[in-house]
Amino acid sequence: MSDSIRNIVIAGEAGQGLVTIGQMLVKGLIRSGHEVVVTQGYHSRIRGGHNTFAVRYGAGPVHGPVREIDVLVALNRESVDLHAPDMADDGMMLGDEAVLESGPGRKSFALQELSGDAGYENVVALGVLGSVLGIRHEVLRQELEERFGAKSEKIRNENFQALDRARGAAQGVTLPFVPPQGRVPDENRAMVNGNEAIALGAMAAGVNFLSYYPMTPATSIVFPLLAHAQELKIVVEQVEDEISAVNMAVGASYGGATCLVPTSGGGFALMTEGVSLAGMTETPLCVVVAQRPGPATGLPTRTEQGDLNLVLYAGHGEFPRAVFAPGSIEECFRLTRLAVELAERVQGPVFLLTDQFLADSYRAVPVFEAGELSAPARALTAWEGDSPYFRYTVTETGVSARLAPCVTESLVVADSDEHSEDGHITEDHAVRVTMVDKRLRKERILDEAGLAPTVEGDPDPDVVLVCWGSSLGPVREALEALEQLGTSAALVHYAQVWPLVPVEQLAKRKGRRVVVVEGNATGQFADLLARKLERGFPERILRYDGLPFTARYILDRLDKGA
Amino acid sequence: MVDKSAFGTFETAWCPGCGNHMILDALKEGLATLDLSPHQVVLVSGIGQAAKTPHYLRANVFNGLHGRSLPVATGMKLANPDAVVVAESGDGCHYGEGGNHFLAALRRNIDITVLVHNNQIYGLTKGQASPTTAMGQVTKAQPGGAPSEPFNPVQVAVAMGGGFVARGFSGMKEHLSDLICQAIRHPGFSLVDILQPCVSFNTVNTFGWYKKRCTPLGEEYDPYDRARAVQTAEIWGETIPVGVIFKGDRERFASKLPGWDGRPLVTRPFDREKLQRVFDGFRVV
Repeated sequence: MSDSIRNIVIAGEAGQGLVTIGQMLVKGLIRSGHEVVVTQGYHSRIRGGHNTFAVRYGAGPVHGPVREIDVLVALNRESVDLHAPDMADDGMMLGDEAVLESGPGRKSFALQELSGDAGYENVVALGVLGSVLGIRHEVLRQELEERFGAKSEKIRNENFQALDRARGAAQGVTLPFVPPQGRVPDENRAMVNGNEAIALGAMAAGVNFLSYYPMTPATSIVFPLLAHAQELKIVVEQVEDEISAVNMAVGASYGGATCLVPTSGGGFALMTEGVSLAGMTETPLCVVVAQRPGPATGLPTRTEQGDLNLVLYAGHGEFPRAVFAPGSIEECFRLTRLAVELAERVQGPVFLLTDQFLADSYRAVPVFEAGELSAPARALTAWEGDSPYFRYTVTETGVSARLAPCVTESLVVADSDEHSEDGHITEDHAVRVTMVDKRLRKERILDEAGLAPTVEGDPDPDVVLVCWGSSLGPVREALEALEQLGTSAALVHYAQVWPLVPVEQLAKRKGRRVVVVEGNATGQFADLLARKLERGFPERILRYDGLPFTARYILDRLDKGA
Repeated sequence: MVDKSAFGTFETAWCPGCGNHMILDALKEGLATLDLSPHQVVLVSGIGQAAKTPHYLRANVFNGLHGRSLPVATGMKLANPDAVVVAESGDGCHYGEGGNHFLAALRRNIDITVLVHNNQIYGLTKGQASPTTAMGQVTKAQPGGAPSEPFNPVQVAVAMGGGFVARGFSGMKEHLSDLICQAIRHPGFSLVDILQPCVSFNTVNTFGWYKKRCTPLGEEYDPYDRARAVQTAEIWGETIPVGVIFKGDRERFASKLPGWDGRPLVTRPFDREKLQRVFDGFRVV
């Protein structure tokens, strides 16, 4: 892997502010013309534990995380010991003199002393790190100005002084390698993580109602929406439980709101009856399931792709659905909007599957554009039909006109029981068949709207890496490595995992290996593909230790024959 | 004036003599008295015989899942504050399956009215104990008698300072209709716990049993007197007080939500300029 990409890890306890240092560092790197991929690892606790904020960066494309560490900022002794085996040969550890002794590949600073009485350890660590990486001093000052400028003049100045002291202390300290040089900085860059991109995508979809119960790693989706709730008129309610979250969203959606419900696997498990309700009442419902390793509480703050089957089959009875699985920040934005739109169009449940890795992964992306976005489709506010309004009029597409209640004189009757066209309860068997068929006809719309997977690499490859969701980046990096070795290879990435659109590259051919790469223990997507294409996909590279894929992980297993 | 006939007459799936018939009639009368047209009203229900009520009068309806009428009703009200939202279901639905939502709705004080058809038994599933069945009452499913203390919804609602807490009896239709009117008018969460006989499965709490006990609160009773309401809510025995037991004066839900402006969400404009400003906030320059 290219020398022009390096991996910085800030490690310490929860509560030491390493995320603050990390965020400021990432902004500084983007300002200096770099691409970034952030991987956050944390324990399920408020203080203590061992947390990491890893930033892989460079001027060229950066696809995914890597295990090897080029620069470690150790905020405690444990971090030094824990990460020593992962240090690159030309790597460097930085830390306070209390936790680290200077030596080959190790440089300690009097961080405590430099941070002064008021304790600006974060700023000092940033200053030292910025200095050794060659980030211009003005760029770091700008970070501080943005973050602390609005506070008192005293706090602002003390931050600047701490930064200057750190810079002074780091002067003359050089890394064993030449840090990557950035491109000319692009003004149209934004720093966005997966959850933020989902929140922005929801805004772009006209979402104006969000009900949720906090659950890692989904919770932070809510914060951008809350921060702009007043401006964009978005009603956000933290409810009593996930059952309430989904039912409240269904109620609001029936009432004419455009809804989003964020959760994780355990919370989603509680919502499944509500998913079925949306299917039966034909109410638009978009649920984001940010995955973490299960079963039950599992590894609550780590990553996995283990809830595909849960989402595919959630809810009793039969009704159509679509499931998206973004692989990048841009896809988080674009597919959230698409998922909300599709839920409105087919009047039923649509899902977005992400995971902790993508949720927390900051990256540099072009600033999202609002100018070209079409106004979101919503429930009708006028009924102009020739006949009286019926909520479930049987149509060829299966979709009936959806009128918001209490905005016209027409009555809107929705029922979780089997119902006739007017929405009232029935036990008539012929009506039952008509209504099941009507609802299932909407599958055709979903099939037609299904996204084909992204295919990259050799059009007639010998090695095909198939993946879905957040593993796109690491798989792309693995593909590049294979190409450099002269292997005929391609990747097939599914950003929509249901309905499933097959591609030529998955076809059997003599001498072709099709390997499914996914973050779970059983190969849920490989099994889904096998069912859809009526052939086996025995070669699988699986990861379920709670960590995201790296290109090296994939390549090592590919060598061993998956 | 809206006439009661505007709400129509429908064939029901209820047993002859069931308290539901009277509650339905009292509801129609209450809505007409309030001069509400069917299209202004949304009836939200769960599952059970009581939860079928919305199918038997003209109104907007969302008949959802067992126990989940309150979240749906809350979502509906937040989506369109102009709607008159009434959640209607039985004691099993509201106090058992939906117990957590009941507590949360009391805390929220959202402006919805909850009508609980409380017959102290599970009717539709044929006679098991409900959360309000008296301890020791023998049923087919509790042959040794109901093993737990019954839930007293009125006491819980008063204890939590619930906006408007009333108890009615299906056998006192005019009184009940007046309670429903007051509940809908009250600007906040309103509970009307309605005692009713289940003629098929509750042989203890019969029409006569309730009729003998249900006693309207006197004119001197002040529902704003919290201490007295707490005492009144405890009374359950030879006398069961009916009427408005407690009226609070709490802030209505939603005013603290930053995105709330009291207008229907379906009419919210899509403002690309504001949206771009939000996107630009993530720009790194």
